[in-house]
Amino acid sequence: MAKEMFTGAQIFLKSLEAEGVDEIFGYPGGVILNIYEALYNQDKIKHYLVRHEQAAIHAAEGYARVSGRPGVALVTSGPGACNTVTGIANAYYDGYPLVVFTGQVSTEQIGNDAFQEADIVGITRSCCKHNYLVKDVKDLARIIKEAFYIATTGKPGPVVIDMPKDVLTAKAAFEYPKEVKLVGYNPTYKGHPLQISKALKLLREAQRPVIISGGGVLQAGAHQELTKLAQLLEMPVAHTLMGKGTYPESSLQSLGMLGMHGNYWANFAVVHADVIFAVGTRFNDRITGCLKRFARDSQVIHVDIDPCSISKNVKVDIPIVGDAKNVLSAMIKELSSKPFTIDHEAKEKWLKQIDEWKQKRAIPECPSDKLSAVKVIETIYEYTKAFKPIVCTEVGQHQMWCAQMFKFDEPRRFITSGGLGTMGFGFPAAMGAAVADKNALVLNIAGDGSIQMNIQELATCMDYGLKVINCVINNGYLGMVRQWQEKLFNKHYSETKISAPDFVKLAQAYGAKGIRVEKEEDIIPALKEAMESNCSVFIDFVVENFEMVYPWVLAGQPLNKVLLSNDQKVC
Amino acid sequence: MSTLHTISILVTNEAGVLSRVVDLFSGRGYNIESLTVAPTIDRNYSKITITTVATQEAIEQICKQLHRLIPVLKVSDLSVNEAIEREIVMIKIQPKDEDADKILRIAEVTGAKVIDITDKTYTLQIVDDEKQIQALIELIKPYGYKDFVRSGKVALSRS
Repeated sequence: MAKEMFTGAQIFLKSLEAEGVDEIFGYPGGVILNIYEALYNQDKIKHYLVRHEQAAIHAAEGYARVSGRPGVALVTSGPGACNTVTGIANAYYDGYPLVVFTGQVSTEQIGNDAFQEADIVGITRSCCKHNYLVKDVKDLARIIKEAFYIATTGKPGPVVIDMPKDVLTAKAAFEYPKEVKLVGYNPTYKGHPLQISKALKLLREAQRPVIISGGGVLQAGAHQELTKLAQLLEMPVAHTLMGKGTYPESSLQSLGMLGMHGNYWANFAVVHADVIFAVGTRFNDRITGCLKRFARDSQVIHVDIDPCSISKNVKVDIPIVGDAKNVLSAMIKELSSKPFTIDHEAKEKWLKQIDEWKQKRAIPECPSDKLSAVKVIETIYEYTKAFKPIVCTEVGQHQMWCAQMFKFDEPRRFITSGGLGTMGFGFPAAMGAAVADKNALVLNIAGDGSIQMNIQELATCMDYGLKVINCVINNGYLGMVRQWQEKLFNKHYSETKISAPDFVKLAQAYGAKGIRVEKEEDIIPALKEAMESNCSVFIDFVVENFEMVYPWVLAGQPLNKVLLSNDQKVC
Repeated sequence: MSTLHTISILVTNEAGVLSRVVDLFSGRGYNIESLTVAPTIDRNYSKITITTVATQEAIEQICKQLHRLIPVLKVSDLSVNEAIEREIVMIKIQPKDEDADKILRIAEVTGAKVIDITDKTYTLQIVDDEKQIQALIELIKPYGYKDFVRSGKVALSRS
């Protein structure tokens, strides 16, 4: 009997089904009409129509961050595909799994400068984990299988599949492959036992150890193992921006975030540590400060699944290539297998020293009696924490304040663009988060600059009843750039004063709720009203223009050159 | 300290792989000195040989980055261990009548072959390592040359 034949468009849907995908974000267009036709005739996969392709990718990433499953987006060729680039780069940098499907002109037209043709495989080559141009419908199912495998294994990342129009209409038999055969791709999960033993010896003997926990711990689902190991060896834990929630911040051993705007004591602990145990971090310049001065007097153990991250920036004494969960479990197992001793006295002394550093805190200074942004964010945190919100942010001052003020005891609750630092990420990511967890309270804390980069997604939220509470910290400036201009460019606020629409009216125009807050006593009532609302909300917090984010380690300075306040005091 | 490295890369023989490899060099500001690529005996795979000037740390990073590319199976820095390296060079010379004999003698001594003769030109070919090729170039230079091409290195490790 002849096998049943399916079009490429049908194979696409069947493959997604086989991968367990039931929600995708997208935007139709000429060359992918056949897929939209196939979508029309089924009800297994729900499609969210966004208002800009960039938002589709960010939404898919928000979805992936919250659910732990790969995010899927579908766009058309040419401009649709080009609009995805920032989103793809963002996911690549922060290491979240996405499979992005782009339409392409027919194979015989490729290279002819056809209408809406773009070489998206060429364009995205350096900003995705892998990409494919499907040239034959018979390859489509295999390629989709490979793409999901590549996106979700090793260091996760985005994979792009470019599908020409004729491939979507051509027919082939459908059989979803059970296995993936990729000879050139074998991520290392298991850490080398010898390296693990060496690392343990060093950690046991350490007098002043510190753990740096990064996004890799979150990705590997290794937060419990990390917490256990930290407790066993009495090590304090600092986290990177991406590592937020990988170690309970309510724990005494938590140092909070380190780096450019990290805690004074976290930076000091890292500077004075004799052993740094870094797990799942790339040692980005925002956390190391001046590289030459970083870890000058300490031994560094570095666990990462991506060998490229090891000894790229910081020279490592004991590298361990492997998955954080796998490596940390092996370490706990080895520790538990026989009695071990650590120098409790030294550890106690070390924690006491850190406690002393903890007395040095940046004191928020609001230069006028206008509403303070810091106060607003603090209040949002205090008021909403009981509801366990998912907190998304855009990029800038508000992002750093959120990272400083919001405390999380579990991962996947704080969604922010770390590596690429993409303004406009937060709102669509929050939308994706709301899709992934339909019962969660989803906040997007935004600046008045960032929110205007993807504000159109309010329409998408309204269409699908997705509730995102946008807390716009409206200071009338691109605050973080302005802060640099204040300190480093003689207060020449070149092109950083930025206007905004009336967010309340704008929200209303979309059919959403808009609230304006100008006084401290109105913060909580506004939050309450927003939470009671049955649709997305904009709260326009009109705040002081010239507040600064502290602590602040200026770019290129060592981590212990921390500015704590406006009067240039260097500690 | 920057030195010349020869990197051998085994890849799957499919469209776009070379651009992935080359993009990685250009995107990170590394310069390619020479590049050769051809299928292996098993035509499912190709071997790319790249020479580049870089520090040891940079080379390690390049190798790791190359390895991260999905179609890349194997990456080796052949400068670490002993390797056999060869390159093919063709030089077209238009010697004065009185120099013709000298050119032929240089070819003989250096192991170069005359692979083409027209009424005005000789074309020499040499297949050798960097040192011998340089020697030939230095010897030929005083007589002038019309055209010159070199293939880029291919290399195999000895072990």
